[in-house]
Amino acid sequence: MCLAVPTRVLTVEGHYADVEMAGVSRRISIALTPDVKPGDYVLVHTGYAISIVDEEEAEETLKLFRELSPGEEGL
Amino acid sequence: MKFLDEYRDPRVGQELVKKICARSVQGLRLMEFCGGHTVTIMRNGLRQLLSPHVLLLSGPGCPVCVTAHADLDKAIALARQEGTIIATFGDMIKVPGSFGSLQTVRAEGGDIRVVYSAADALSLAAANPGRPVIFLGIGFETTAPTVAASILEAQARGLKNYYVLSLHKICPPVIKAILDAGEINVHGIILPGHVSAVIGSAPYGFLPQKYGIGGVIAGFEPLDILLAVDMLAAQCEQKIPAVEIAYRRGVRPEGNARAQEVMETVFETADASWRGIGVIPRSGLMLRKEFEDFDATAAFSVDTVVSREPAGCLCGDILRGVSTPLDCSLFSSICTPENPVGPCMVSSEGACAAQYQYGACDE
Repeated sequence: MCLAVPTRVLTVEGHYADVEMAGVSRRISIALTPDVKPGDYVLVHTGYAISIVDEEEAEETLKLFRELSPGEEGL
Repeated sequence: MKFLDEYRDPRVGQELVKKICARSVQGLRLMEFCGGHTVTIMRNGLRQLLSPHVLLLSGPGCPVCVTAHADLDKAIALARQEGTIIATFGDMIKVPGSFGSLQTVRAEGGDIRVVYSAADALSLAAANPGRPVIFLGIGFETTAPTVAASILEAQARGLKNYYVLSLHKICPPVIKAILDAGEINVHGIILPGHVSAVIGSAPYGFLPQKYGIGGVIAGFEPLDILLAVDMLAAQCEQKIPAVEIAYRRGVRPEGNARAQEVMETVFETADASWRGIGVIPRSGLMLRKEFEDFDATAAFSVDTVVSREPAGCLCGDILRGVSTPLDCSLFSSICTPENPVGPCMVSSEGACAAQYQYGACDE
């Protein structure tokens, strides 16, 4: 129920944004994340962006994983 | 897909499992609160991978499952009123109430529409100006701000036929209630990821302060869960319980201020009834007085019926982490996803449905 999917924002228009979801463009509301910009990744829950993905923090977590499993490519 | 696939690598998963199992604390009992986490755990066999070092218990974090029977009966009674359109997330359709389900009402001719978003319900209202559209507001702090936003938009657009039956609930009070009941003995809580994307980490401060246990906010991929389990195990090892965030790409310590503001503008807390748990003070969200024009409970009166719980169903105990689906005599015999008796089998993230779908190797 509380599922939210990371999707890339293509364009922003007022309270709405077009995002790329599984290869398809879809309009969502950004009423809850007014600072969103094209190119950002947002977590989309029931048609509303609820959080902007923090790409630096994502990279920090992946760095931790790489340290755990050295020599793995593709992370 | 970016930000998903990287968190599913089985080789890293194996390293994390090794790390957890090598820690000096053994027999850790952790509760995953969120139904989405239950699905990730079951789908990836994480219980089996971590057993016997860590025992994972499912909690009450499935909004459909915790909807009280009386509230469900109210939704069904609204659906039976002449002329109304009920808009709802799909999971609610099949949940059996005391006398039928929304699906039964639909078969009798009731107008029930499954929507993906509160915004879709709003569009339905705009397209049917002569008929009341009642959206069933189910969900925790992840969903409540989206429904609040739809009400603000209805107000701004001057829509007079959009109503919400708010059955929204909030998470911290129920976590407290489960711990206060003292029926389960847990060493830490895997905290919900997307609820926390909205509310942040501060509302869980009571875990270390009052109960002396830690909580770690987790994402929804298998490596996210394993990372959170390892962080909780490390806290237990060092005997320093704390609230931490493992899901840092999605959750900021302060949460989403705008979403909190929208939610607080429209809703106020109220006592709410939880299936299997009972009434928990200030654990629900009702529309504020200034939004009563959009409040289905203010606009429509329904006859209250005496609710009947299905006989033999253990959903209540399962939601409190006291029983598992395998303890229920109805599980997979009388109660299946095709013919569910209780809500934990209806919602795909209910503990029984997840066990039925993915848990064959437990049996």
